Amino acid sequence: MLVKSQEDRPICKEDDISIVRSSVKRVVALLNFSLVNQTKIITAASELARNTLEHGKGGHALIQIIDDGTGRIGLRMIFEDTGPGIPDTDRALEDGFTTGNGMGLGLGGARRLMDEFQLESHAGSGTKVSITKWQERL
Amino acid sequence: MDRIPILKLGDKLLVTIQVDFHDRVALALQEDLTEKILSAGAKGVLIDISALEMVDSFMGRVLGNIAKASRLLDCETVLVGMQPAIAITITELGIALQGIHTALNAEGGMALLERLIKAKSNRGRTANASKIAGRPPNLQRG
Repeated sequence: MLVKSQEDRPICKEDDISIVRSSVKRVVALLNFSLVNQTKIITAASELARNTLEHGKGGHALIQIIDDGTGRIGLRMIFEDTGPGIPDTDRALEDGFTTGNGMGLGLGGARRLMDEFQLESHAGSGTKVSITKWQERL
Repeated sequence: MDRIPILKLGDKLLVTIQVDFHDRVALALQEDLTEKILSAGAKGVLIDISALEMVDSFMGRVLGNIAKASRLLDCETVLVGMQPAIAITITELGIALQGIHTALNAEGGMALLERLIKAKSNRGRTANASKIAGRPPNLQRG
């Protein structure tokens, strides 16, 4: 796996969610994703950026263009915070599970919208969510 | 702070979301709109989201709440202009937007609002008529 380029965006206040969305929007357009996939990726980024701010008490997002080694290009986004962490990650992925004021669709929803999803979290030591969408094969 | 303008057209309100619909703007709209429904005595609200390029679960929840609150204030809401890619995405995300009426465009939305408002006032009239006749409305049929 090769990281071809990377942007690092802080998520410390509400306006940062929009900034992350705009950055992601620019990259997905650059990578020629279909319109539906562009929308899915921007939506997933928005869900996770909000999680980082609300539940993680702030953190940052890495937006990466990656190559899987065979020339296939993908977009990977890593959302990292140093907040309270998620004690039960399985439960956090269930639809409708929420500790905040949302609908509880953030994590599970983001997983459905993307090709790959990884969640690492331990109580007390923050959360790291990594999501990837690969370019459609022509 | 950005605020979304609310236009009054007869007994209806028209809202076009063109700015980036971020969280504070969304919550401010919910507040402004419910106040405007009362002050204008509006019977219907049309929300045009054709300029929106994404709707996440937060925005979906606010739109759903606006529709629910409007209904409690005797006012119908129709959402128009959703991009097909958004329809696919929010379905997969799991946002149902239940109880919110939709139409393809503003024209269709206005016609739908008209029908909803008319149907409601007819129902009101039938109920009143049956009250005068001294029997509950559900016994009228058959």
